[in-house]
Amino acid sequence: MSDANTPRRAVSILKVAGASKVYDLNGQPIHALKDVNLDVRKGEFVCLIGASGCGKSTLLRILGGFEPVSTGRADMYGRPITGPDSERGMVFQDYGLFPWLTVRQNIAFGPKQRGLPEAKLKEIADHYLNMVGLTKFAGHFPGQLSGGMKQRVAIARVLANDCEVLLMDEPFGALDALTREVLQQELLDIWQNTKLTIIFVTHAVEEAVLLADRVVVMSAGPGRIEREFHVPLARPRAITSPEFNQVRQEVTDMLSSHLTHIARAA
Amino acid sequence: MSTLLPSAKPPTVSSTSTASVRQAAPALAVSFPAPQPGAWKRGLMTWVAPVVLPVLLLVVWDLAVRKTGTMLVPAPKEVGVTLWDFAFGGIHDDAFSGMLTTHWWMSISRVYGAFALAALVAIPLGLVIGKNATVRRFVDPTIEIFRPIPVTAWLPLSMIFFGVGPNAAIFIVFLGAFFPVVLNTTFGVKSVDPRLFEAAAMLGCKGGSMFRQVVLPAAMPSIFNGLRLGHGISWFLIVVGEMTGVQEGLGAIIMDGRMLSRTDLVIAGMVVIGISGYVSDRLIVALNNRLLKWSPQHNV
Repeated sequence: MSDANTPRRAVSILKVAGASKVYDLNGQPIHALKDVNLDVRKGEFVCLIGASGCGKSTLLRILGGFEPVSTGRADMYGRPITGPDSERGMVFQDYGLFPWLTVRQNIAFGPKQRGLPEAKLKEIADHYLNMVGLTKFAGHFPGQLSGGMKQRVAIARVLANDCEVLLMDEPFGALDALTREVLQQELLDIWQNTKLTIIFVTHAVEEAVLLADRVVVMSAGPGRIEREFHVPLARPRAITSPEFNQVRQEVTDMLSSHLTHIARAA
Repeated sequence: MSTLLPSAKPPTVSSTSTASVRQAAPALAVSFPAPQPGAWKRGLMTWVAPVVLPVLLLVVWDLAVRKTGTMLVPAPKEVGVTLWDFAFGGIHDDAFSGMLTTHWWMSISRVYGAFALAALVAIPLGLVIGKNATVRRFVDPTIEIFRPIPVTAWLPLSMIFFGVGPNAAIFIVFLGAFFPVVLNTTFGVKSVDPRLFEAAAMLGCKGGSMFRQVVLPAAMPSIFNGLRLGHGISWFLIVVGEMTGVQEGLGAIIMDGRMLSRTDLVIAGMVVIGISGYVSDRLIVALNNRLLKWSPQHNV
């Protein structure tokens, strides 16, 4: 049950307050984000959803520490996020694996930075290889793997580094439908077996409703949070159930009402 | 070539089997396990195919010398004899008999000395230029100005700097190998996917460790490209360098051959250079394939 996993009064882990992000494009300011407020509780599964250009990836990159806010703040446990850190693991759509390292070495990369002994590295790698079902491929290079396997490695890599927050930027967007379904299920299993907080960017309504405790709907021009939506469905969720369909329709309506709004404005 | 291959197969099989091969051929095909013909074909392609063209060239060369009756160009056989004498002595008994190892060793030590020196300077320089935009602004234009100058144009100056002798040749080789290595290294560092830096950073990799763990391995394919190019140029230039005022070395032998109208010796020197260059290139390729086995598209 979602509520059992994420009690309402759990501690706030990530907090974005009044955050804006302005890019300079040939002297022209581009408002990627404007006055965004978001509070994520520990253990929560949040999906950021919106059309392209709504700033959902920018918001995620700010949380990852890859980009600073222009104004406002982005904090973790009340401390400002100043750069990438191993407590917030990022899973990129294009994997970002090190092609010269084997699957095992990729997974052990984070722990290795902490100077753990070789035996400990092996133990950690073995554990996470097993968790994502890639034990047989430990000695392969990323170039020899399918997209789904690569994304499993990317997930194992940040988990192996004991991250508390998993930031996922359309991680399954490049995968075929079958692989995506399997990975969504595996991700839910992992989330339910750990105390991870997950922030998941997607543009697929069904994916958001299937995964999230809370769906954050964003819209473009300038990028901002339009609405938040608590998914009232118990887990495991059946995509084919009428309840699921109803929630999906609600979120879809929210999204498309903004799209028509934008279309009319343009 | 495709007509050569199938006809080349039956004799090799028959030599190991009984007399009546033609009648037994279908039975043989059945009695052999399936992968056998494939292995034969692969063996042929690996070992025979590369030899076909050189043999053809030798035949054309031989025929051309016979047809024209020229006295200026020796036939392949004469060159073969000279090459043997150059290597082991006992035929011509002249100043070159049995001297191959000496000359070859001089050339190869200069090639590798100069090439190694060039790599030693060019790789770190390329890494710094590629990583540091400020350094790049200071150094890049200068390199781009020096680059189009043919290295051979440096020969007169290098003889003034280093005197007439092997050091001038080494300098020429160094210069020739330097540019491809530095340029490819720079390119390799500049084109590292920024995503990899982000990935490493969020996994706790910092500062100098980033350079060793991300920049260097990611740039490795480009660095190897540069090394391979520079290495080829090194062999090319050592001969040019040794042609002026150097006593020993393959370039010197070719120059001597020219002075003495010993065209057979000139060609023998060319053959040795060709084979040496080829073999040492294979060694670099083998190292490349070993170190870059993660990247199938960089396996040569």
